[in-house]
Amino acid sequence: MFISGTSIIRKQTVIHKGALAFENKSVSLDDFLTGAYNYLSPEYPKFYKMDRLAQLGFLATEFLLSDFPIKQYSPESVSLVLSNAHASMDTDVRYHESSKTSSSPALFVYTLPNIVSGEICIRHRIKGENTFFISPAFDAELLAAYVDQVMVQPSVQACIAGWIDVMDSHHDVFLYLVEKEQRGLALPHTAEELTKLYR
Amino acid sequence: MKGPVHVAGIGVIAAIGKTVEQCMHSFRQHTSGIGDITLFDSVHRGVLPVGEVKVSNEELADMLWLPKHTSRTALLAIQAAREAVAHAGIDLKKWRTGLISATTVGGMDRTEVFFPDFSKDHSKGKLHDVVNHECGRSTELMADDLGIRHFISTINTACSSSVNAIALGTRLINHGMLDIVVAGGTDALSKFTLNGFNSLMILDKEPCRPFDATRKGLNLGEGAGFVVIVSDRVLQQEKKKSLAVVAGYGNTNDAYHQTASSPEGRGSYAAMQKALEMSKLDVNAIDYINLHGTGTLNNDVSEGTAVKRFFGERLPKMSSTKAFTGHTLGASGGIEAVFSVLALTHQCVFPNLRFETAMPEVDIVPQQKFEETTVNHVMSNSFGFGGNCSSIIFSK
Amino acid sequence: MEQLMADLKKQIIEALNLKHLKPENIGDDQPLFGDGLGLDSIDALELIVLLQQSYKVKIDNPQDGPTIFRSVKSIAEYIRANQTA
Repeated sequence: MFISGTSIIRKQTVIHKGALAFENKSVSLDDFLTGAYNYLSPEYPKFYKMDRLAQLGFLATEFLLSDFPIKQYSPESVSLVLSNAHASMDTDVRYHESSKTSSSPALFVYTLPNIVSGEICIRHRIKGENTFFISPAFDAELLAAYVDQVMVQPSVQACIAGWIDVMDSHHDVFLYLVEKEQRGLALPHTAEELTKLYR
Repeated sequence: MKGPVHVAGIGVIAAIGKTVEQCMHSFRQHTSGIGDITLFDSVHRGVLPVGEVKVSNEELADMLWLPKHTSRTALLAIQAAREAVAHAGIDLKKWRTGLISATTVGGMDRTEVFFPDFSKDHSKGKLHDVVNHECGRSTELMADDLGIRHFISTINTACSSSVNAIALGTRLINHGMLDIVVAGGTDALSKFTLNGFNSLMILDKEPCRPFDATRKGLNLGEGAGFVVIVSDRVLQQEKKKSLAVVAGYGNTNDAYHQTASSPEGRGSYAAMQKALEMSKLDVNAIDYINLHGTGTLNNDVSEGTAVKRFFGERLPKMSSTKAFTGHTLGASGGIEAVFSVLALTHQCVFPNLRFETAMPEVDIVPQQKFEETTVNHVMSNSFGFGGNCSSIIFSK
Repeated sequence: MEQLMADLKKQIIEALNLKHLKPENIGDDQPLFGDGLGLDSIDALELIVLLQQSYKVKIDNPQDGPTIFRSVKSIAEYIRANQTA
């Protein structure tokens, strides 16, 4: 099991495999997200309808997979293991505020953290196993152990895993790609390595 | 870890009963738990039927000797988990024990109490306190209550959450990381989910009729369901009886839409297939399916199509128990896992209440009467928003 | 009718976050769902909310959505036919 690549979005800065990929600290978080989308220009208008959690997940995955042909794997052989602290609370609060006038179905849909998983799966045609953990903080040991257990299944070839949290303007995203094949960063998939990469 | 993972204890609280025994009685009597909202204020009171647990928070807290301000999600969870642990009759502290709980609303009922204050004064500090408190809070409270420290985790993959919790527990035992896992899910009714599902226009104003041609949607419910799963070694050493074994499970993503299932049920088909593969059973070995069967137009056609395609002409007996309990969201997989184990221990299948006419799209005729019959292998389906599809198989 | 359709186009773009589109990109008869603008079932629900809030026109059965929301023109016609006062 090897870590092939990483992408981090934090303080309105995108770091892809350790290098600065996009940055805009002088605007709001929403404008930063739209800016990063325009920078990549993936022509995926559904992006505008997503909540911040889904937008962060979408962008982090776009960067993460930008140099990996994930489609070489069958849709069933790619898994997704995500985690965060605030679940969908950022959107829960907005939905709650909006529901005083009228309940927006489009907003309610995003009041579940795993909707971001669904968006990533739709975008990259991933149909393998999905899990979403709620933990108080980034838990390298949980991720390392659990993703290993997912990866030992013969049918699984790759797994996108990590941490994706947002509450108000605070955001912290760390996604990584694990493969059976050694390539890209080719780092061992261990809790120690994840802790180093997450920092 | 050698040998199968066993279910050693079960516990449940739902609209049809506060205990396993009471739920069984309701099944035998065909007594549905769907009715009017009585325990909280809502504009939908008297309009939208729900599967409410008819015990107030105060009564629950009294019953359980817990503080009155405890969230309903945690109270329901602790009631069901204590029953499961007592049923197993194993001292959890002697073993490496984990707790994996699933919830989609968390402490939303308590959070709703905090919101009015927050709206008046947007000093964010307080909200963050609430938020941090509420997310995995019901799981932490449960862990404290049960004395579990080794491994604690909360999962949220929408309505398939608690099946995934049981699958994860099984996997951790199989990999020798834990000996015992208390796994399942809990969700309480809240204005938040009621208003939200209402805005999606998938709530039926009548008691729900899963797989019926006239169905108009689901009824929300609440409750909790937990199983105590143990390694073969624990079962032997503790000299306990196996209620069932976790024979297989599968999880996939439908990758179709945030809320809708693909019409042909690609994800659910794949989940059933994965679960069956892991169990190494023949497709004809499945005696009963506890269907996801929410009663929405979309789910029942999608699931029905997948089931029909998967099982071919020889369909097993099947039913959705949501006509009894309502859709309990993150708890549904746990509650229905308990029902699946009951089907094995009591050698029975449960009725799909209020079914009259098969859907024109796919000809599925579910079980209509409580029936005692041979049941060796049960499949339970749970599908969630975000495309998350899970299927689990329990065997005698 | 022309004014109503022009208003609707602006409101639809706003309500459904179609930031990649301008009102003039949407034809009066262009299909909104499927291969047209690619709207989905959640968009249909948002349109139901929009009609209720801005035009006091109620749609009780979401199954009617596909017919009413076929195009901007069909929405305008539905509003005209069902608006009271």
